[in-house]
Amino acid sequence: MSDTQTSPAAGGAAAPRTAPESPPGTALTDDDLELLLLIRHFELSLLGLFSEGKLNGTTHTCLGQEHVPVALAPLLDERDHVFSNHRGHGHYLARFRDPEGLLAEIMGREGAVCQGVGGSQHILRGRYLSTGVQGESLPVAVGVGLHLKEHEPGRAAVVHIGDGTWGEGSVYEALNMAQLWQVPVVVVVEHNGIAQSTPAEMQMAGSIEGRAAGFGVAYRSADAWDVDTLRATAGPAVEEVRATGRPLVLELSVPRIGPHSKGDDTRSEAELAAARARDWHARYEQLFPERFARAEDRMREQVARVVRDVDARPLSEWRDPCLAPSA
Amino acid sequence: MPRSERIVENLNAALHKVFAEDERAYLIGEDLADPYGGAFKVGRGLSTKYPERVLSTPLSENGLLGVANGLALTGNTVIAEIMFGDFAFLAFDQIVNFAAKSVSMYGSRQPLRLVVRCPVGGHRGYGPTHSQAVQKHFLGVPDLALYELTPFHDSADVFAEMAERREPCLHFEDKTLYGRRRWVDGTDELFEFGFAGPRREYGTAVPRVGATDVDCVIVSTGGTAPLALEAARRLFLEAEIVCRLVVPSRLYPFDPGPVESMLAGARRIVVVEEGVAGGTWGADVADEIYRRLWPSLRDRVRLVHSRASVIPSAAHLERDVLVQAEDIEKAVREAPER
Repeated sequence: MSDTQTSPAAGGAAAPRTAPESPPGTALTDDDLELLLLIRHFELSLLGLFSEGKLNGTTHTCLGQEHVPVALAPLLDERDHVFSNHRGHGHYLARFRDPEGLLAEIMGREGAVCQGVGGSQHILRGRYLSTGVQGESLPVAVGVGLHLKEHEPGRAAVVHIGDGTWGEGSVYEALNMAQLWQVPVVVVVEHNGIAQSTPAEMQMAGSIEGRAAGFGVAYRSADAWDVDTLRATAGPAVEEVRATGRPLVLELSVPRIGPHSKGDDTRSEAELAAARARDWHARYEQLFPERFARAEDRMREQVARVVRDVDARPLSEWRDPCLAPSA
Repeated sequence: MPRSERIVENLNAALHKVFAEDERAYLIGEDLADPYGGAFKVGRGLSTKYPERVLSTPLSENGLLGVANGLALTGNTVIAEIMFGDFAFLAFDQIVNFAAKSVSMYGSRQPLRLVVRCPVGGHRGYGPTHSQAVQKHFLGVPDLALYELTPFHDSADVFAEMAERREPCLHFEDKTLYGRRRWVDGTDELFEFGFAGPRREYGTAVPRVGATDVDCVIVSTGGTAPLALEAARRLFLEAEIVCRLVVPSRLYPFDPGPVESMLAGARRIVVVEEGVAGGTWGADVADEIYRRLWPSLRDRVRLVHSRASVIPSAAHLERDVLVQAEDIEKAVREAPER
């Protein structure tokens, strides 16, 4: 099921391809499984809260893509910078395991990680930052990477983007500078084949690999539903960036099984079925039904508890507003 | 007035001072490397002295502002140069959506020490995409402060003040000022030069013999200050009209507090800027003056700006569009005396 490769355009020595020793899926740890299911049930709860009219604005779930941040989580530490995007709940939960703070942020309740000002798309905590404009954080990550290279060699800036983001010019300005200046940035592309409602083949000429090659940027890819296979590709990729201080594009083919935001999926039932067939959830459930069911019950209950708790909290207060132009 | 340094030299010295005092200072922009030193030579010498902290970038305004944001986010002091202020529109997303918003959209104050330098304005024949006074397009963005180079202010002080704000600042630099000399000392044959405000926020000039009975206060931005001074000189010599020139270092947030008593005592107020008509800084200043001084005003605030037009290349056409000293003079004379 796994298909990992190294681009010949990568430049420099390719890291060894380490395949997992056991067949896909079977080496999954309880911790990974619980994190996967925490994110899944968190996202499902958000859609539920929307239908109950309890959320303001919009939110973009990562249903079907949870295995990306779960695979990356142990490869990064708090000294690495992570830049997330509009579809960032999984990235946040994998880094901080803090469903309370994130839900409070999305619901505008006490304990919100950014006091409810940022909401679903705009979170800053330590070295984690998300923002809602496609492509915006890529050049920022290059700046952060320059700082790391100078002051904390061995650390990396990881940017999550999607296939749709490759329509933005800032991606190319950033790739050009990252490669020119040899900056330790990992561009993680979660290619789910659909940019809001526009299929990839209707919005992208050429390929991501070809575009990376155009800048001479190292490239790796994986199409895997399980955490271990993804990790086996991502691990050496991240290590390569740490060791060389050079940028790298890591393209991961993933299904998006939920809507773009709330209920705006225009795909046909056949397309949705094809996406669901690639979902880790059914595969793991099939592989170890009892262990999976137990973990799923635990996480479903935990998220339900978080929802009840946060929903009962008072509204968040913005104690440090930006107002008042100072003299 | 004693012979003073040219403004571009003062600005260059200010950047050297920032670098000498702050080992986390960066300069980023296009064509900055010596011997070129930037299109207007403001950064000259820095890349030789601090090669690792001067980043001469590809043509990528949005990208280079993004890199600047990343460096500022990690605690560095970053000065970004936009070669022509017009190109700041290419970086609008990084300036407004990232830099300014990051200060407060995460719920608590996120400091960013970022100054974006923008050479602006016409009178040089560079044409429609290289001549605009772009200030008004960045006006009123929360957590984005707008400053403008003036003939009064020492740029070293202004840069220190901008760094202290810990929020992104745009520093507009009228190209016609670079080669001029600063107004540094006391008096010339006609005018007395000075400052108002505890932080010398406003540069002021008033005829030496007329300071007690001012007919008109001309509030003017840095680039138009020499034109306003020329108009004030002519008005005094030819018509015995006493004008006090008031030039703020910071355009936004605009705080008229330090000059409120001057404004309140004037028979006329004229606000001058080079930006073209429509949605202007001057209109915002006038509104603030109305809000504070309405009961004591003796006339409406007069606005002088360039015509609602692109900036033509040919000298005669450009002259026709841009604010000239005569336009300021006319606005002062036209105001009725009550």
